[in-house]
Amino acid sequence: MSASPSDPSVVHKRQEQRLVLLLLAPSLAVVGCLLIVPLCWLVWQSVRQDGAFTLAHYARFFSDAVYWTTFLQTFRIAFIVTAVTVLLGYPIAYVAAGASRRWSIFILAMVILPFWTSVLVRAYAWLILLQRRGLVNSVLTDFGLIQNPLALVNNELGTVIATVHILLPFMVLPLYATMQKIPAELTMAGASLGGTPFYVFTRVFLPLSLPGVVAGMVLVFVLTLGFYITPELLGGGRTYMVSMLVSRNIEVYNEWGAASSISIVLLACVFLVFRLASLIIPFERIMGAR
Amino acid sequence: MSLSRIILYVAVGLILVWLMVPVLIIVPMSFSGARFLAFPPPSWSLRWYEAYLESAAWMQATRVSLILAVSSAIIATVLGTAAAYALNLSTSRLVRSLQVVLLLPLVVPIVITAVGVFLVYANVGLLATMSGLILANVMLGLPFVIISVLTGLRKFDPAQEMVSRSLGMNRLRTFFIVTLPQIRPSVISGLLFAFISALDETVVAIFISGGEYQTLTKRMFTALRDEIDPTIAAISTLLTAISFLMVILVSLSARTAPRKNADA
Repeated sequence: MSASPSDPSVVHKRQEQRLVLLLLAPSLAVVGCLLIVPLCWLVWQSVRQDGAFTLAHYARFFSDAVYWTTFLQTFRIAFIVTAVTVLLGYPIAYVAAGASRRWSIFILAMVILPFWTSVLVRAYAWLILLQRRGLVNSVLTDFGLIQNPLALVNNELGTVIATVHILLPFMVLPLYATMQKIPAELTMAGASLGGTPFYVFTRVFLPLSLPGVVAGMVLVFVLTLGFYITPELLGGGRTYMVSMLVSRNIEVYNEWGAASSISIVLLACVFLVFRLASLIIPFERIMGAR
Repeated sequence: MSLSRIILYVAVGLILVWLMVPVLIIVPMSFSGARFLAFPPPSWSLRWYEAYLESAAWMQATRVSLILAVSSAIIATVLGTAAAYALNLSTSRLVRSLQVVLLLPLVVPIVITAVGVFLVYANVGLLATMSGLILANVMLGLPFVIISVLTGLRKFDPAQEMVSRSLGMNRLRTFFIVTLPQIRPSVISGLLFAFISALDETVVAIFISGGEYQTLTKRMFTALRDEIDPTIAAISTLLTAISFLMVILVSLSARTAPRKNADA
């Protein structure tokens, strides 16, 4: 049955499409002007020098040691942070998902409160805790556990500690959302069929929770790749991450070509991670939009 | 209870303490009477709060941040709710890919966003202006509103809208009278999330705010690079108090949500 243009259902459909576009237009305009256009602009700048096409800005990735050591350090930190947040986040989400309503609200509150606290404030708090004469060092010295203060900050260790702290909620929340949906009957069935708790966990619960693990890992990994405030404050100039390389090239050297090419490579890494992850789990689900 | 359970609970307890301690440690620090940050503070005082309240620069930055957070949250909520409604209505593939575009501000590393906004603003004269700051934070707040409202709309039964419209109400009135009251908790939590994200946003502000219109976080960041001034502990405590208040408001608005569909 073919619908003629004057068919009421076709007219209605067209009206609805117009409404959808109308409602989306303002948001798209904001994101388009402030994000999409500048990103295209960065791509353009990254291949231009003195009004001519060039790949010189990208060639520096191979010739300039600062470039690849920075990317290497950033990826290493991202891997460490992702691994540690899985190890710390999984037990939290597991206990919260299995606990009584009251306890699970309590546990989630302990995760959500830091989540809503400013990143800058938390980086500052870690600076206070970890510095040479900070709380951690003075407690350890007072108890005679150490003679000299440990170098906990102004290095990669301090950056990793604070980054894990800031990103742990991004791991726990998707994990919890996934685990909560695993029917208790499944693990009970596994147990009633004679599986030991460990066997039931590894064979039934763990595989079902994997989508949450992937979502959390992708979020944490990608967010760490773009971290700026934390390494800037806690890295002490020794921990150099890609975001800092971008900002230095603009603020200190006024090198827009270099800053653009680094931005584009970083962005490509981020998109690649999402693309790979989307083979396992849809993008909207990683972002919690579905 | 088995031994492995006990170990699990103790481990989780310790991790949760580790999560909360850094957030709470700044509170006693902010009431310290000493210039240096010792714990526990050798004496107690309100001097750092006084230093904050008496500083014209900090006060101006606070004003900028509050105006910025309130206005960008409201605008982002209006735009984001409209967008989420449209995304929920349509089933076309094109619109689905537009959803990905609208979530991009969450995905793109913030320094790249900041550099991009800086580029645009340098060319249209919006650097170091209030409207420039608001606009940038509307963009950053949009994804939070869209995700939150979409979640609410998915739980909402669209048949109710159809009933209302078949009874002669137009789409706009139907939205405000039938739909909005039922998705209100998700709209409110989107609004509060956009507010807190704008209040805490630092990196974009470092690039685009300046002069009279420096945000609180930009000033804090600049001050922190030089020295650890206890005034920042006082400001941090206030910011954290605001964050906690927002979390409480969100959970309250979720609790007072009208029971969906059951009595409709």
